[in-house]
Amino acid sequence: MHTDTPLPMFDTDELVINMGPQHPSTHGVLRLVLKLDGERVIDCDPVIGYLHRGIEKLSENRDYTQIILLTDRMDYVAAATNNLGYVQTIEKLYSLEVPRRARYIRTVLSELQRVASHLLWLGTHAADLGALTVLLFGLRERELVLDLFEEYCGARLTYNTMRIGGQPVDVPPGWDKKVLAFCDVQESKLPEYEQLLTGNRIFMERTKDIGVITAADAIGVGLCGPPLRASGVYRDVRKDEPYAAYDEMEFDVPLGVRGDTYDRYLVRLEEFRQSLRIIRQAVQGIPEGPIMGKAPRLIKPPAGETYHAIEAPKGELGYFVVSDGKSVSPYRFRVRPPSLCNLQALPQLVRGHLVADVVALIGTIDIVLGEVDR
Amino acid sequence: MVETVIVPLIMIVTVLAAVLVTVMYIVLLERKVQAWVQVRLGPMRVGPHGILQPLADVLKLFIKEDITPVRADKWVFTVAPIIVLVPALIAFAVIPFASGLSLFGMNIPGRIADVNVGLLYIISVAGIGIYGIILGGWSSNSKYPLLASLRASAQLISYEIAVTMTLVTVIMLSGTLSMVGIVDAQLAKGWWFAFMQPVAFGIYFIGGLAETNRAPFDLPEAEQELVAGFHTEYSGMRFAFFFLAEYANMIVVSSVATTLFLGGWLAPFPNVPALSFLGLVPGWAWFMLKTFGFLYVFLWVRATLPRYRYDQLMRLGWKWLIPLAILNVVVTGLLKVLF
Repeated sequence: MHTDTPLPMFDTDELVINMGPQHPSTHGVLRLVLKLDGERVIDCDPVIGYLHRGIEKLSENRDYTQIILLTDRMDYVAAATNNLGYVQTIEKLYSLEVPRRARYIRTVLSELQRVASHLLWLGTHAADLGALTVLLFGLRERELVLDLFEEYCGARLTYNTMRIGGQPVDVPPGWDKKVLAFCDVQESKLPEYEQLLTGNRIFMERTKDIGVITAADAIGVGLCGPPLRASGVYRDVRKDEPYAAYDEMEFDVPLGVRGDTYDRYLVRLEEFRQSLRIIRQAVQGIPEGPIMGKAPRLIKPPAGETYHAIEAPKGELGYFVVSDGKSVSPYRFRVRPPSLCNLQALPQLVRGHLVADVVALIGTIDIVLGEVDR
Repeated sequence: MVETVIVPLIMIVTVLAAVLVTVMYIVLLERKVQAWVQVRLGPMRVGPHGILQPLADVLKLFIKEDITPVRADKWVFTVAPIIVLVPALIAFAVIPFASGLSLFGMNIPGRIADVNVGLLYIISVAGIGIYGIILGGWSSNSKYPLLASLRASAQLISYEIAVTMTLVTVIMLSGTLSMVGIVDAQLAKGWWFAFMQPVAFGIYFIGGLAETNRAPFDLPEAEQELVAGFHTEYSGMRFAFFFLAEYANMIVVSSVATTLFLGGWLAPFPNVPALSFLGLVPGWAWFMLKTFGFLYVFLWVRATLPRYRYDQLMRLGWKWLIPLAILNVVVTGLLKVLF
C-alpha cells in the first residue's frame, strides 16, 4: 500500500533553535528563533526588546536639554551622531541659526564617530567569521578616536557633546593637529585590514553572494545607510539634505553593485577613506567665531512638529518631535533608529542560507541593540 | 627484566608526562602567539610573563563543578571525553623521538615501541577519537552540540581519507609502515620526504588542520556560530579532557608530520658533509624543533585566517584534496615504476 508519510526512521522534523539573547555573536541581546532544515535556515524570527529602557517615553518627561544625554544611550558606540541628530531637530523646530564654527566642529565629531563605529563593525564582523585579529586591529585604532573625544569633551563613550544652538566647549588648543595625525595613522592602517580580508579567499567565499538584496527590495524593506548603498541606491542624507557643514565638504558616496555581504564590506571600507577626507577638510577649515548661537536659556520651542534625519554611521537616524509650545519637555518624542530598520531585512537576507551565514549577516547589517530597543 | 619491563615503563611515564606538560604550555604558547599577532600582551599575571598560567588553568578546571545535564545520556556523556583523550595519548607509543642512546650500558630506544605497522596503528587510533566527539555532542541532548557533532563527523571522516591517501605515498617511497623505518628510509635517500612529496605534504598539512579542528576548519567548535560546539554542555575536568585531547592531537599530527615528511630526529641534509656539524645537536632536539615549528604554523594560521563554512569545507575536501591525493598516489606509483 502506498503511503505519503515518510518512514519513521527517517524523521525529518524542522529543528527550531534559539540564537540568543545569550549567544557570542548576536551583538548584544538580539534573539533569533531559527527554523532549521539540517544546517539550512528556513525561517528566522528576530525577537527584540531585551534592552528596552523606554527612552522615548522617558524623554517626554525630561526637559529638552536633558534629552541629549538620553540619546547617548541609544547607539552607544556612536553617541556623537545621536546627539547631533537630536540637537538639530530642536534647532529646526526653533529655527535657530548655528554658528559656522560650531557646525564645522560637529562635522569633525560626527565623522570621527563614523570612523569609530565602522571600526567596531569591521572588527566584530570579521571576528564573527573567525578572523579574530581584525577585531583587535580595529579596537586599536578606535582607541585613538576615543582619546580624541576624551580630549574634546572628557568622555569616551557617552559624550553628551552637543547643545541646542551650538557646541558646549571649544576645541582644545592643538586638537586639530592630533586629529590630522590620527587621519594619517588610520589611512596607513586601512591596507592592513584589506590585506587580512579583502583578497582573502576564505573571506570572499564567506561573503560573496551571501545575503544578496536587490535595490528594489532594499528600498521596499526600508534598508538605510551602507547596506542600502551597497545595493546600488544613491541615498546619503549628507548629500541629499546637507546638515552641519556637509554642504561645504567635498566627498564621494561609495556604491555597491551586487548588494551582497562583500559589497557591504567594500562600501564601508571606502566610507573610511571618505570620512577621513571630510575630517581633513573640516578640521583644517574650522572658521573663527562663536561656538554657541543665540539659544534661549530655557528651551521651550514654539508649538509644532518636525522630523529631521541625519546620516548616522549605521544609516538614516531620524527624530520626530512634537512640541505643544507650553511645556519644557516634548509632547511626543519618537526616534527612527537605523538599526531597527536594517534589522527588518534580516529574515529576508537569512532565508535559504546556512547557520554559519546567519552570523555573517547579523554582522553585515551592523546593528546595535541599544538603538533597536531604545 | 630491566630492559623489557622497567625501561619501557619509565619511557611511558616520561613520554606521558612530557606530552601533558607540552599540552599545557602549547595552550600558553597559543595565547601568547595570538596576543603578539594582535598587538596584545597575552597572559602576564600568573608568574613572570604568565609562565605559570597553565598551572592556574589546570587548577581551575579541577575545582570546577562537574555538571551532567539532566536529560543527557549519562553513560555515553561520561565515556565520550575518555574516548577522545585516550587515543590521542596512546598514539605517542609509536612515535620515534630520537635514534636511541646507550645509558649505563643499556640500550635505551628513542621510542616506546617500534611496531612494524606503526603508521597503520596511528591512523586507526586517530580514527577512534572521532567517536568521542560524535558521542559527546549527541549524548548532551542539546541542539547546538548536536549540530556541532554532525559537522564533526562529516568533516573528520572526509579529511581522514585525504590524509590517509598522502600517507600511502610515503609508504610507497619508504616501503615500510614502521615509523623508525620511514625515518631510516629518508636517511638512506638523503632527502626529507617533504621535498620528494611536496603535494602530499601540503595536503597532509591542510588535512591535519581539519582533523584537529583547528582554524580555519574549526567548525565543530565554532564559537561565533555554535557557542562552544560539541562540548557546550561539558564543564570541569570532562571539558578539560576534550581540551587536552585537542592539543594532544595537534602534537600527534605535528609529530607524525615531522617523522614522515621532515626526517624525524635527523639533522637537515644528513648526507651533506659541509653540514655535518648540525649532527652535534642531539636528535631529540631536532625532533622537538621541527615539531614546534609545525605547531607554530598551526597557531599562526589561526591568528590570520577566517573560518570556512561547512559546505565549503566539504567541497574543498571532496572536490580538491581527495582527488589530488589520489592523483598524487598514481603519479608517485608511475614514477616509481618508470625510474
